[in-house]
Amino acid sequence: MDMINSGDTAWVLVSSALVLLMTPGLAFFYGGMVRRKNVLSILMQCFIAICVLSLQWVLFGYSLAFGPGNPFIGGLGWLGLNGVGLEPNPDYAATIPHQAFMIFQGMFAIITPALIIGAFAERMKFAAYLLFIVLWATLVYDPICHMVWAVGGWVRGMGALDFAGGTVVHINAGIAALVAALVIGKRYGYDNKPTPLHNLPFTVLGAALLWFGWFGFNAGSALGAGALATNAFVTTNTAAAAAGLSWAIIEWLKSGKPTMFGVATGVVAGLVAVTPAAGFVTAMGALVIGLTVSIVCFFAVSFLKPKLGYDDSLDAFGVHGIGGIWGALMTGVFATTTVNSAGANGLIYGNPALVFIQLKAVAITVVYSAVMTFIILKVIDMIVGVRAGYEDEMMGLDLADHHERAYTILE
Amino acid sequence: MKMITAIIQPHRLEEVKKALYDADVNLITVSEVLGHGRQKGVDEYYRGSKESGNLLRKIRLDIAVNENFVEPTIKAIIKGAKTGKIGDGKIFVVDLPQVIRIRTEERGEKAIG
Repeated sequence: MDMINSGDTAWVLVSSALVLLMTPGLAFFYGGMVRRKNVLSILMQCFIAICVLSLQWVLFGYSLAFGPGNPFIGGLGWLGLNGVGLEPNPDYAATIPHQAFMIFQGMFAIITPALIIGAFAERMKFAAYLLFIVLWATLVYDPICHMVWAVGGWVRGMGALDFAGGTVVHINAGIAALVAALVIGKRYGYDNKPTPLHNLPFTVLGAALLWFGWFGFNAGSALGAGALATNAFVTTNTAAAAAGLSWAIIEWLKSGKPTMFGVATGVVAGLVAVTPAAGFVTAMGALVIGLTVSIVCFFAVSFLKPKLGYDDSLDAFGVHGIGGIWGALMTGVFATTTVNSAGANGLIYGNPALVFIQLKAVAITVVYSAVMTFIILKVIDMIVGVRAGYEDEMMGLDLADHHERAYTILE
Repeated sequence: MKMITAIIQPHRLEEVKKALYDADVNLITVSEVLGHGRQKGVDEYYRGSKESGNLLRKIRLDIAVNENFVEPTIKAIIKGAKTGKIGDGKIFVVDLPQVIRIRTEERGEKAIG
């Protein structure tokens, strides 16, 4: 019988709490970026995602994602956590209670749909949003999660490396974000330039909470308190720091001054990019991943987006989609078995084939996520309508959808 | 000289500014105000209790112009702010007896532009 290790269990439970904190962190990161008439709608979308998806996960989401099934989706054997007990499940984590693994994974299932909010911010009807996150979690997140991480999963069998969710979380959500931005259309009056941020300090606070929580996300994905978690912790911090600094330098060279918004964005891009790599690369590999991801993401948000004219309002695709793809490919370049014997060697360690395996995993996720997200949004549009009415959008979703406002002018 | 004061929807501000610049009206003061006309505001709820008839955010523009700019200014504000729905706002035009530019102490029509 497997023994529960108290150190491992403590770390995974703390990590679960850290990852939970990322969703309110995301709420402030995004909430600061919208106009003030919509800040509550963003906070609400993030908070209600925690409520709704926590339940989806324990009722049936965990079973679909990790339960025994076929290579594409889990079965219904673990419905309502039936059979998911306090004994370890050696298939996933041999030294912690099965429920500790379950709740840790649940936090990922919560934040992933919430990441997409950035693409349709300020204009999606609340009822449509609720339908969207439940359907998307069930029909997109759970199957992708199963394919990449579950025992017997299709993509896992190919040998693709995804330490903490670059594919499952960031590419998946980032592509869904692009599709959502295209399906729902631009905000009224959107002129291919960002609307003014109503509270930049909120955005910085959110980025800080994300950075903090990301240690749970990445180092927690070691599922134990030891060498691998430490490596992931160090690579995570290194990549975030490098990306924040390089974004500032890019701005300094391009537009004359480094901005606070730029550094906050760069840090998040660095965290996204190091996510698949954290437990497979060295700190020096992470440093290069961080320095380079800002170049790619900066190009995506400041050239590609205005050029193509889609309104990915808060750059969910530009940062999570593009940064996630960059991270997955760079994992194929910098991975080394000296860090993690369960991983593989990448391009610079003499194994160029890993880059192609990574590319294949990216392509599968991109296609599946794009097609399913499109279908889900079209179906919701037929049932309740995806987009808020013109007058609601003009007045702001805080008053229109929630009958409350964030700030007063008079006392 | 006239003082033109307009109350408009916040989301029309960019359009109105553009129309004013096109009409060569470049000096405006913008402030954020609260109010309601026929709309009666919007109900708000806080922990279950309703507060009705709350005031809506509006934008107030104050523009001092010489006589030959009065009509172009009015037309520009209408062009930018009109949606045809209740809540588009109002324009008030009042006589302006004196204008003084503080820096030069110029007075009257010279001081406006």
